[in-house]
Amino acid sequence: MGQETAAQKVQIGAGTVIRPSPGKGVARRAMAWSGRYPLLPGLILLVMTVCGVLAPWIAPHDPIRPNYAAIAQPPAWSADGTSQFLLGTDHLGRDMLTRLVYGARVSLMVVLISTTSGMLIGTILGLVAGYFGGNIDEIISRIVDIWLAIPFLLVAMIIVIVLGQSFPLMLLLLALLAWSPFVRNVRAEVLSLRERDYVASAKISGAASARILLKHMLPNVTNTIMVIATLRVGQLILAESILSFLGVGVPPPTPAWGSMVADGRNYLNTAWWISSLPGVAILLVVMAFNFTGDWVRDRTDPRLRQLG
Amino acid sequence: MTTATNASTVTPVKADVTSGQPLLAVEGLKVHFPVNRGFILQRTVGHVKAVDGIGFSLKHGETLGLVGESGSGKTTAGRAILQLTKPTAGKVTFEGQELTTMKPDAIRKMRRRMGIVFQDPYGSLNPRMTAGNIVGEPLIVHRLFTSKAEYREKVAELLQVVGLSPAMANRYPHEFSGGQRQRLGVARALAARPSLIVLDEPVSALDVSIQAQVINLLQDLQEQFNLAYIFIAHDLSVVRHISDRVAVMYLGKIVEIATRDEIYKNPLHPYTKALLSAVPAPDPVLERKRERIVLKGDIPSPLNPPSGCVFHTRCPIAIDDCKGDVPPLREVGPEHWVACIRV
Repeated sequence: MGQETAAQKVQIGAGTVIRPSPGKGVARRAMAWSGRYPLLPGLILLVMTVCGVLAPWIAPHDPIRPNYAAIAQPPAWSADGTSQFLLGTDHLGRDMLTRLVYGARVSLMVVLISTTSGMLIGTILGLVAGYFGGNIDEIISRIVDIWLAIPFLLVAMIIVIVLGQSFPLMLLLLALLAWSPFVRNVRAEVLSLRERDYVASAKISGAASARILLKHMLPNVTNTIMVIATLRVGQLILAESILSFLGVGVPPPTPAWGSMVADGRNYLNTAWWISSLPGVAILLVVMAFNFTGDWVRDRTDPRLRQLG
Repeated sequence: MTTATNASTVTPVKADVTSGQPLLAVEGLKVHFPVNRGFILQRTVGHVKAVDGIGFSLKHGETLGLVGESGSGKTTAGRAILQLTKPTAGKVTFEGQELTTMKPDAIRKMRRRMGIVFQDPYGSLNPRMTAGNIVGEPLIVHRLFTSKAEYREKVAELLQVVGLSPAMANRYPHEFSGGQRQRLGVARALAARPSLIVLDEPVSALDVSIQAQVINLLQDLQEQFNLAYIFIAHDLSVVRHISDRVAVMYLGKIVEIATRDEIYKNPLHPYTKALLSAVPAPDPVLERKRERIVLKGDIPSPLNPPSGCVFHTRCPIAIDDCKGDVPPLREVGPEHWVACIRV
């Protein structure tokens, strides 16, 4: 159903007003919905979340233990495939589907821990910089400028080599990658909010800075924060994949999509699925987050809000 | 005004109404905004003299109308009095205390006694707060209640005082009309029981019919709570209706200040005359006979105000001496002060 509605949406074209054709029931409602809500991206994210949370219960095989009796089995739909391994097996005979499902966990952790902590730190710094201005703003803004000039991958690799590879370290590194855009955007927003009459009114009411920040500024920047967060998540998942691909992300044998792509590099001629399938997973999830981010941005844009 | 009648009904007023000590005294208030040039090495190339040495006093329960064309510094003056904008120089004595030298925390506490209502009823209410919380915030900040029930009761009372239903407390600002929003703004300004409210063009964004309602509400409240108002406006008819005294500002200076009747019947400063001549008369016969003084040119830049009397560039009766010294405010009649050497 998701694909069908997406196809219809493409036919009608983006930006046109969706007028439901004379159909009935579910199909008609789904069509009307597809114009307003990102159904397909939502579905992908839902599947990823379910896989990540319920991996031990829904995955058909063991994700880590090698099975030398079934090395590099092709997916079920190819001539030599078996229904035992729907998406085939990798170079150590591990079930691809199982590892993909477990790999969703890593992406989910990146979303939950790295993005969220980056969001928290960035928002607080942005609020403080924008509201107090002066030297505090100068210091925070310059740190962000410097931060953005650091070649992340290079530094991350060095840190991992020095400190040793671990999952928490990677989440920390990604959080450090995540915070800066929040600072910039929240600061800019606060700079304009600060001049609003209701903020002056709050000051005249005797409200202290903390109160003004929490009650008057923060609720009015949440839209911006949500937009950056959803757009940032995709980039972070990609960054995680790159780190894992380079062997400085999630330590093996924990399945992560990035390292799975790396594992299959040597077998592209003989077993294309080992690299390609996790690559497709990364592509789908990152795109789903980006589309959702665009949608959130459009929804929260005051000029477009009336339309929804 | 009605000082005598409402002295008994008023909530705590620190300074004695009868002692003659003014509620607010402003002396030589200046607000100069630096103008910076340069990218890395910023240097100040000049100052915008938004408010340039104004002074007046205000009694309990009195209304001072502050009029002048756009850019004359009325709003900045109002904000500087409340210490929303830091004054560059001058003294603001409110309820016997000097505000300009106060520490931020002390000012915060003093703000219980002040309120402000803004021109724009849409921008002055936080869109993410309910009407009840908007009105009740000053109560929360100054801890003016002991229980949740008392808080709700006080908020309901405030909403009723400004003519709104207490049932509206859970609505958000966008669910109200312009006039209702302005009432919310007034209720909020009233919440902590202030003695002074700065009304910054409170009705100019409203329909004429709604304007009258809000003006009447403001007058009722003034009587009820013995409020002093600084009423900033450019609508001279509204100012005439509500003010006890009127100060006319031009380019950051007060050029004339007098009681309402005096200034409307006997304007002395050429700028006041020009301003008043711009008010249309409701009677078509009078309107046709009305003599208009049209000023030439625009208001000069406050970055580089003219020497001497700042008005001499547009003044119909200016002489060479006007370019010399800045004319001081002189008392020319009972409570009638004017800054012009030609009158």
